[in-house]
Amino acid sequence: MSRDGVARRPYLRTMDSWWRRNPYFVRYMAREATAVAVAVYALVLAAGLVCLAQGEAAWNAWLAALRTLPAVALHVVLLVAMLVHAQSWFAIMPKTLPMIAFGGRRLPATAITRAGWAATLAASGALLAAAGWWRP
Amino acid sequence: MKRSGAPVFWLLFGAGGMLSALLGPALVFITGIAVPLGWVVPSGVMGYPRMRALAQHPVGKSLLFAVIALFAWHAAHRIFHSLHDLGFHKSMLAKLACYGGALALTLVTAAALLLVGF
Repeated sequence: MSRDGVARRPYLRTMDSWWRRNPYFVRYMAREATAVAVAVYALVLAAGLVCLAQGEAAWNAWLAALRTLPAVALHVVLLVAMLVHAQSWFAIMPKTLPMIAFGGRRLPATAITRAGWAATLAASGALLAAAGWWRP
Repeated sequence: MKRSGAPVFWLLFGAGGMLSALLGPALVFITGIAVPLGWVVPSGVMGYPRMRALAQHPVGKSLLFAVIALFAWHAAHRIFHSLHDLGFHKSMLAKLACYGGALALTLVTAAALLLVGF
């Protein structure tokens, strides 16, 4: 019933599968879906931290759970999603950052995107090195 | 005029997006693939004494908190806005579910990091 008392059924276009009809929007939704992967990984890490706080037995149970096939398969999917996320994050970075001038010229978008990937490579190398060499 | 909370959510989204782009792939590879399969990294990398020491160290504690909390707030913000594209329009319930979830995960992480000790 509308406000003036006249019963009408206004036309509402359905939202079912609207994005599946256009490859541009399929890519858009795939990019947005990577947020779910980020959330799932935050949950996995938080679960590990709770286990760590509970003691050695709980921590080892969490590690054992990570060694199961479904867990490894999940992390392969999460890794791909994280890479897609990084790719889209650095691709839009030239638009989200304030304009950077360098020697009187605007820094080109590709330079910003490449700098982002270089930072990720450096951070990944540092993490792997820390995993190998850091001793408490 | 009522102050908007949007800049706060946007800032957490941005910080989490940057941190996950920088560290996400390597972290997932180490904790979810390399360590469980015994690849690349030496065994015992994620052993209890080592990870306990990491969570007790001020730097390690801050990093763990930043990674989990910011990943959660980034994802919550993005999922909240994507719900619109799936036909669930902005509502208090959707907002509470997304940001409330991130807040809950932040509090659980903080509690676990406090319990681990210093």
